[in-house]
Amino acid sequence: MSVRKLVENDLSPALPVVDEICPAGEPWVKVVKKGQVFRIVDLEGNQAVDTLFYNAHDAEERYSATDTVRRQNMLYLTTGSRLYSNFGNVMLTIIADTCGRHDTVGGACSAESNTTRYALEKYPMHSCRDSFLHALAHDPVCKHLNMSKRDIPSNINFFMNVPVSEEGGLDFADGVSAPGKYVEMQAEMDVVVLISNCPQLNNPCNAYNPTPIRLLVWD
Amino acid sequence: MKNPNTFLWKEAIPGGSHWSGVIRRGTTLRLTDMAGGANAAVLFYNLEEKLERYNMADTLKCQHTFRLTKGHACHSDMGRIFCCITEDTTGWNDTVCGLSDAELIRQKYGVGRYQELRNEMFRSGLDGMLVELGKWGLGMRDVVSNINFFSKVTANSSGELEFHPDSSKAGDYVDLSFEMDTLVVLSAAPHPLDPAETYHPGAVSLAAFATPSAVSGDFRWQAKESAYIPENERGLQNTQRLYTCGGAA
Repeated sequence: MSVRKLVENDLSPALPVVDEICPAGEPWVKVVKKGQVFRIVDLEGNQAVDTLFYNAHDAEERYSATDTVRRQNMLYLTTGSRLYSNFGNVMLTIIADTCGRHDTVGGACSAESNTTRYALEKYPMHSCRDSFLHALAHDPVCKHLNMSKRDIPSNINFFMNVPVSEEGGLDFADGVSAPGKYVEMQAEMDVVVLISNCPQLNNPCNAYNPTPIRLLVWD
Repeated sequence: MKNPNTFLWKEAIPGGSHWSGVIRRGTTLRLTDMAGGANAAVLFYNLEEKLERYNMADTLKCQHTFRLTKGHACHSDMGRIFCCITEDTTGWNDTVCGLSDAELIRQKYGVGRYQELRNEMFRSGLDGMLVELGKWGLGMRDVVSNINFFSKVTANSSGELEFHPDSSKAGDYVDLSFEMDTLVVLSAAPHPLDPAETYHPGAVSLAAFATPSAVSGDFRWQAKESAYIPENERGLQNTQRLYTCGGAA
């Protein structure tokens, strides 16, 4: 792997307007306003945080992995990466990152993909898409925007390491994250953040041990 | 399988144009790059439940691959397989770079309106998809990460992408052997990373034929070969369940 650029941002003295813990296996939804700073902390290390963003006023505009990759000619996300929507607008910009590399081609686990990836009998195991759908069914912000399964596209996996080789191979490698590593981004528009704190037990993306994350927002 | 005896139908899609249609299970769709340098942006939907759609991430994860080629399958987001790639003479098809849009086409090639250019007008990949999706009651919410057949994009160790303009030559083709009744939506507009300075996207021809039993058998029972992918066998098992009590087995 190439040298990763680690950028810190000392915001801790400022009082955050949001400071919450999301346990493993649960969804988390929050509106982050334009100009606010949003941080995700990998509290115990090697946790995969499956994340989607939506325009807070119209969920038809949403995070687009393909726009983000092709508009910057770059497969991985880190400090300086702009997170683009399917309308070609910048939704957020990553302004600090002590992990150094995040994935956006590995997608989210689902009951159905667990059957193909591991064994047909894995269907009942908890998954990210189940958490997303649970949030869409219950969260007032998602309900207000009339969101459904149609609105679940390719996501970001913060703290997850999915190296691609020049020959076209793709691996789920051990995490490059560690306890306390964080990624921080500034919102360029009002966005809804939809997170599944990944419950996957079948591969090393979570070091086989899903753990809590901390979510902070500053004005 | 270079020359199937009988094509059920054939159709030529001019560069930049778009198409959609239903391909039934048991049918193989051959896409041919007619003049070299074409891009065929494609999405798949389950005809019976269009919320089930092609899933880039599951396709890549299940097969531990960044490129798609012969021996790979195109997975849905519901653990099933739309189609298997049973021939591919280019060796590399991209699925992470998405579609060109109207703004990108204007920036790269300028304005090319119907008023002046008639059907040579500059169309974008996204707009072609939206027009075709609209015919089936679908729209922007249904546009997900697509496949770009005939386009090769590699990533170096830092993740920087490189588009390879000469990957696909005139006559190169891809055979997609369908396992599900599938709505296929296609745009032959330029790949978003294509560095060509003028708007001359290549034409794509479509030809359908009944999948020979040996081809689907080969794909299923490659257990003794290195190409065997157990994730695909499980995906095909899931797919067979969908059709157990109806249609041809």
